[in-house]
Amino acid sequence: MQTTTAPARNINRRRLTAYVPHYIALLVTGTLFLAPVAYMVAASLAPANKTLAGFEVFNVSQWGLHNYAGVASSLSSDSTGHLWQFFAVSFTVTVAVVGLGLIVNSMAAYALSRLQWRGQGIILLAILMLLIVPFEAVAVPMFYLYNDARNTLWIQIVPFIGNALAIFLFYSFFSGIPRSIDEAALMDGAGPWKIFWRIIAPMSKPAYASVAILTFLTQWGSFLWPVLMISDPSLRPLPLQISVFAGQLPPAWGQVMAFGVLLVIPVIVVFLIFQRWFIEGVASSAVKG
Amino acid sequence: MATPAVLLLIAFVAVPFLAAIGFSLYNVRLGDPRDPNFMGVEQYARIFTDPNISAQFLSALLHNLIFAAIVVPVQTALALGLALLVKKTIPGVGIFRSLYFLPVVFPIALVAIIWRLILARGDQGLLNSALAFFSGGAFGAQDWLGSETTALASVIVLSIWQGCGFQMVILLAALQQVPSELYEAAELDRAGPWQRFIHVTIPGIRTTLVFVALYTMILSLRVFDQIYVLAKSGGGLNEGATRTVMYEAVTAAFDQNNIGRASAISVVFFVIVVILSLIQRRATRNQEG
Repeated sequence: MQTTTAPARNINRRRLTAYVPHYIALLVTGTLFLAPVAYMVAASLAPANKTLAGFEVFNVSQWGLHNYAGVASSLSSDSTGHLWQFFAVSFTVTVAVVGLGLIVNSMAAYALSRLQWRGQGIILLAILMLLIVPFEAVAVPMFYLYNDARNTLWIQIVPFIGNALAIFLFYSFFSGIPRSIDEAALMDGAGPWKIFWRIIAPMSKPAYASVAILTFLTQWGSFLWPVLMISDPSLRPLPLQISVFAGQLPPAWGQVMAFGVLLVIPVIVVFLIFQRWFIEGVASSAVKG
Repeated sequence: MATPAVLLLIAFVAVPFLAAIGFSLYNVRLGDPRDPNFMGVEQYARIFTDPNISAQFLSALLHNLIFAAIVVPVQTALALGLALLVKKTIPGVGIFRSLYFLPVVFPIALVAIIWRLILARGDQGLLNSALAFFSGGAFGAQDWLGSETTALASVIVLSIWQGCGFQMVILLAALQQVPSELYEAAELDRAGPWQRFIHVTIPGIRTTLVFVALYTMILSLRVFDQIYVLAKSGGGLNEGATRTVMYEAVTAAFDQNNIGRASAISVVFFVIVVILSLIQRRATRNQEG
């Protein structure tokens, strides 16, 4: 007994000590990655005069929730915009873009991968070409063309529903589903709509999850388009509002950081719940894109 | 079924894109009672050669190139290093995986504001305090964002912090695809860790590495949000040392109401992105073939 366990234990111990440098590397990089987040949280809790006072921001004994109360009272009039409004705008825009985008883009991908229609090949080619047009390249002309729609909710939503990358990701996923499955359903008399909603869509949950997460991340952080189109405080999404809030004089940095914490909590919660999908979604966008 | 997506893509990608080319040939302004005059390629000639305009535009282009030249190798190498660190399934590694990915869910506008406070000049900022502490006061306080020499570097650091986790996840997925038999075979041949890295890991993920590098390069060209927030929202950023092509396009359109010139900048921006995308496609295709 002893002769067999002793070497085994030795190997285990050797393995563990071999991991010490590994853990040190993880901890050092981990600390560097966490430091800015820790600073944001600390600054949101520290007294206003300690936000920009070096390490004093981490003095836990002085922490409190006054910045959170402050941000709620600073942003509570029509001229500054109401705190709840910024959240309502960001939630509405993100949910609408993600939800409608999933429906519209997966339908298009299904039609392109499964149905026979005139112009199919050209449309597919055109969508592949649109994949390389970054939003930044069309932001300026869109600012001019849709100027009449400035300060509306719909101009923050509608332009981002149709998405070439989403169509492409759905298209690659659907193309991997054996055709025998929809042919069998066709034999049973199901039409294309029924095959799509009852068979293809339910089989493609991973694709829906990936696209939902990628769209959600981009949309929640969207900044360039709101800068160009939104000046009305009641229609400002969160990222635009935090830049406005940070630019006001005199700056209330503790409150700005409290606003930052509130802004990022919903994404972190979604991230923690759907972590596996986040990571697979990001990875799949690269493998296929 | 493809109709809604196709119509949306036409209205919000294809038409604005063609309009950008059209606008760039005229002196278009918002709310201008006069009809725009045809100017041919005058706008392009101006941004590249007019001494009053080109200096600013060319410096913006240069900043994008410096940004890309630093961010692409540094961020790719860092992301690969992190991916290797979290690839081993040792206890607790999942926490670090999430930790490195965490900044990716932060809107870049918020990231810019957090870092603006960390990098604050004088001894108020956390970075200056930390440097003074660890060097025993030998290292004097810097104005990281305001100084011409460190402004762009500061923006680069905060951009890498935010974006690195995204690339890490993509590279991690690729690393997990490398067959473990290859590592075992290399170990039998007495290859050390470094040799295994050079002869097994790198060839195994070459396609993904090329993809990540070029993808990061395109992202480097699109940089806008952090520059705009830091320059316009009381960040004290040295604008002259950090302006980017997209920043030029937006300020030309928004601050100067010069849609024609802003469109010309957008078109130039797009041409550069297309060239890089084509290189990317070719490079990844060659590797696969």
